[in-house]
Amino acid sequence: MNEEESVLEAVNLDKRYRRTWGLRECTLTIPKGRVVALVGPNGSGKSTLLRMAAGLSEPSGGTLRVLGRSPSPGTDDLRERVGYLDQDRPLYRSFRVAEMLRFGEMNNPTWSMDVAKNHLALLDIPLRSRVGNLSGGQQAQVALTLCLAKQPELLLLDEPAAALDPVAREDLLRLLMRQVADSGSSVVLSTHALSDVAAICDYVVVLAHAHVVLSNDTEYIVETHRILSIVGDSDLAPPPGITIINEQRSARGRSLLVRVELPFNDIRWRVDRPTLEEIVLAYLREGSPHRDGRNADEIENGAR
Amino acid sequence: MNRHPSLTFRLDHQSGLAPYRQLVDQVRHAVSSGLLQDGDQLPSVRDVVTQITINPNTVHRAYRELEHQGIAEGRAGLGTFITSRSRVAPNVAERTSLEQALRDWVIDARRAGIDEETISELMRTALRQDGDVRS
Repeated sequence: MNEEESVLEAVNLDKRYRRTWGLRECTLTIPKGRVVALVGPNGSGKSTLLRMAAGLSEPSGGTLRVLGRSPSPGTDDLRERVGYLDQDRPLYRSFRVAEMLRFGEMNNPTWSMDVAKNHLALLDIPLRSRVGNLSGGQQAQVALTLCLAKQPELLLLDEPAAALDPVAREDLLRLLMRQVADSGSSVVLSTHALSDVAAICDYVVVLAHAHVVLSNDTEYIVETHRILSIVGDSDLAPPPGITIINEQRSARGRSLLVRVELPFNDIRWRVDRPTLEEIVLAYLREGSPHRDGRNADEIENGAR
Repeated sequence: MNRHPSLTFRLDHQSGLAPYRQLVDQVRHAVSSGLLQDGDQLPSVRDVVTQITINPNTVHRAYRELEHQGIAEGRAGLGTFITSRSRVAPNVAERTSLEQALRDWVIDARRAGIDEETISELMRTALRQDGDVRS
């Protein structure tokens, strides 16, 4: 297999807060040029991982490398090469949009005023407006535009489309995809909207309880999962070579969402292809597929 | 040469089909229906990304697959075009379209709740019938 270049590599990464784990033994590699969805319930470690990758928070253990460097507030070249958008999208509400752009230009050597102005023109956001007078959707667009105009190699976006109406959300995601098409930036974004994941992401990382439970290419994920169902109150053991992620029983039968590790041919089970959303949801429900005593990383490696 | 063929992609995220496959299928249908013809240019990746919310990597992936199938070809610096070979060499096109038709049929059959065993049985029956006709 070709060694793909990676933009983010974590090995046994820990983040310990006073009484809880923000992230526990997180090992993952994110290849370059992808649009990666970071999915998980609130408190599962998404923001923790993004903040550490942006150099805003120090790991408690393990190693983290971003674009081959160890991120910290002092890593200057990473500050230029990485764009981070906080969940709270901090903006100066009394500034005009044009002033925000000049502020961005002064602070970022790699800034492109053309990129910034083109994006805002496409979105019909006047440069003269005061930030505080813009709608929530427009403020999100301005915050993302400031991030994109830096032309970073890696964009770390913490719930960039949260709390936006459907049209604003669609505009924001298109803006982001246009940037990816033009510059080839890698993107890691956290989200709760599984439909966005299916639309724009080609790599998914699922976090649950501070652990990574799934991390792979979306196409690979879809190809290696199936729904097996059977009618009747059968206790029939599922075929060998599969890992059950989620099981649902009804009065009429059983339905299993499984990861298929070996080809099987057991005609007693009906086999269906789940959508990416169904698969991610199954992992979110179960937290971790460690029924057979293995952890997610081992399963991951075993599946390759 | 038609620079802007009227091809508008759409994605169905509930279909269970990978997004790149859906694009491939839509181009294939456009070619077989005559909407796209030899030498027509496919929309640029940037145009597609502006048109629908999709990852540009997915569009690249779909265009590579179309090239692999001999339906389109990339011309350096110009874009991706429907290839004239897609008519000249019907074997490849015919074969891939038959494969696709079968895959589509299997998906439809599964949606209709037909299980794998019945699908295999239907296939065996059809093959037997074909043999009967030949002999």
